[in-house]
Amino acid sequence: MSIKEKEDALVGEFELFDEWMDKYSYIIELGKEMPMIDTKFKDPQHIISGCQSRVWLHAELVDGKINFTADSDAVITKGIVSLLLRVVSGEEPKDIANTDFAFLEQIGLQDHLSPTRANGLVSMVKQIKLYARAFLLKSMS
Amino acid sequence: MKLDINKIRADFPILSRKVNGKQLIYFDNGATTQKPKQVIDSIVNYYSNINSNVHRGVHSLSQEATTAYEEARKNIAKYINAKSEKEIIFTKGTTESINLMSNVLTDWIQKNDEIIITSMEHHSNLVPWQQLCKEKEAKLQIIPANRNGEIDLDLYEEMLNPKVKLVAFAHISNVLGTINPAKEMIELAHKYGVPVLVDGAQAIAHTKVDVQDLNCDFYCFSAHKAYGPMGIGVLFGKESWLKQLKPFHYGGEMIENVTFEESTFNSLPYKYEAGTPNVEGVLAMETALKYIDELGIENIKEYEDELLEYATKQLLEIEGVRIIGTAKNKTAVLSFVVNGIHPYDIGTLLDQMGVAVRTGNHCAQPLIEQYNIPGTVRASFAIYNTKEEVDYFVDALKISLSMLA
Repeated sequence: MSIKEKEDALVGEFELFDEWMDKYSYIIELGKEMPMIDTKFKDPQHIISGCQSRVWLHAELVDGKINFTADSDAVITKGIVSLLLRVVSGEEPKDIANTDFAFLEQIGLQDHLSPTRANGLVSMVKQIKLYARAFLLKSMS
Repeated sequence: MKLDINKIRADFPILSRKVNGKQLIYFDNGATTQKPKQVIDSIVNYYSNINSNVHRGVHSLSQEATTAYEEARKNIAKYINAKSEKEIIFTKGTTESINLMSNVLTDWIQKNDEIIITSMEHHSNLVPWQQLCKEKEAKLQIIPANRNGEIDLDLYEEMLNPKVKLVAFAHISNVLGTINPAKEMIELAHKYGVPVLVDGAQAIAHTKVDVQDLNCDFYCFSAHKAYGPMGIGVLFGKESWLKQLKPFHYGGEMIENVTFEESTFNSLPYKYEAGTPNVEGVLAMETALKYIDELGIENIKEYEDELLEYATKQLLEIEGVRIIGTAKNKTAVLSFVVNGIHPYDIGTLLDQMGVAVRTGNHCAQPLIEQYNIPGTVRASFAIYNTKEEVDYFVDALKISLSMLA
């Protein structure tokens, strides 16, 4: 599935929820389920600090595709991290570099990506793209 | 006197709005309070009828604005019982007031001197002193607080010695709600000849502030935490101090005579007010303090204490809730954590239900780290909050916790 197709599938999933509570319960569930980052990557090098919650992000290139793993100390942040990673993980660097995660607006979660939230998510999106660009440059050199 | 809370609520237009489809419950008053229509009207009135630059024009409008501005200074001086309006310096707020002081005290602090603060300071009353100490190779000493968030006065007295050049502390802690024993702390410092600065940001709307009774040398507060507008606040300083300290900003208004070689500076309070001031802010702050005064600060405190007690009791009945800040003498700030649940998650779900609280470290990182927690959820009350709102908040919290469990 392409990034676009994965985003559309997520929007479809969220359309099933009429109530905010169902939506957030689902995010919380995702947050609890998300595969943990290897504990050796939960170090200061991989931390993305917001003053509200913290995110750890690790990326590796396997067969020309980037696999991301991550964690957060807040479960809602972690749930949203899991949505973002579901979209980009396993994709090629050039596709990830061009992604803007606009689907978050369609499912009404764009507020969590507002810089004022200070939850680490905005910086995480930046970091995902930095990884993508770095791997892209490496593959070209 | 019993206050008519419904009548008070009707003064605050924002309280009728909805957030995420729910009736707003605003419990983030420690960050900023909402504004009554009297304050909003005062700003509109200023620009509709009086606007003109102060202290400059010969024309009637400028004189009218100047009179209103200086009248406000007198009333604000009266509100905190300053000896003279010369002791009232208008600043952008508490943060600027403290930074002003840390700038003009540079000559007062020398190598190996000491500055004392408490462990519960907001970054605004910590970083300026920390940086000044670094610059001057002086030492920043921290008065510890116990688990309840109370200062040990004996320990504090032991820290006072001839090297101490300043004591700076929060009248009320923005995280714990502790009302520090300001009068005793100031008296002890003075016994050792040490001047005292009080950060009154959290106090001005919640407890009586009488600078002569406290006998503090400097007192700082912001209007926006006391039903007034943002971007305006006060530095109170004893005339004897402000007279001898150097200016902060240079420019118009603060000078007396200027040649290309030399300048002499204006008298107090103008020496510390360079440039065109925030006249509308000053007038609206005067209106806000008048609003508090008419309700009576003692009545406000009594009502807010009642709310705090009511909310504390209900919170403690919820399993896993731990209140951070349990000083005997505290005011309308209720910080808490819930076993294993991140404050950000609780804050996010409460927001979905229309309840506005603050989460995180509340700009007091070193204090939060002492408790070894990722931050707190903080509900802070003001005069327009009600027991019904507390009930709704407690229900919303229970729903949040069951979703997160």
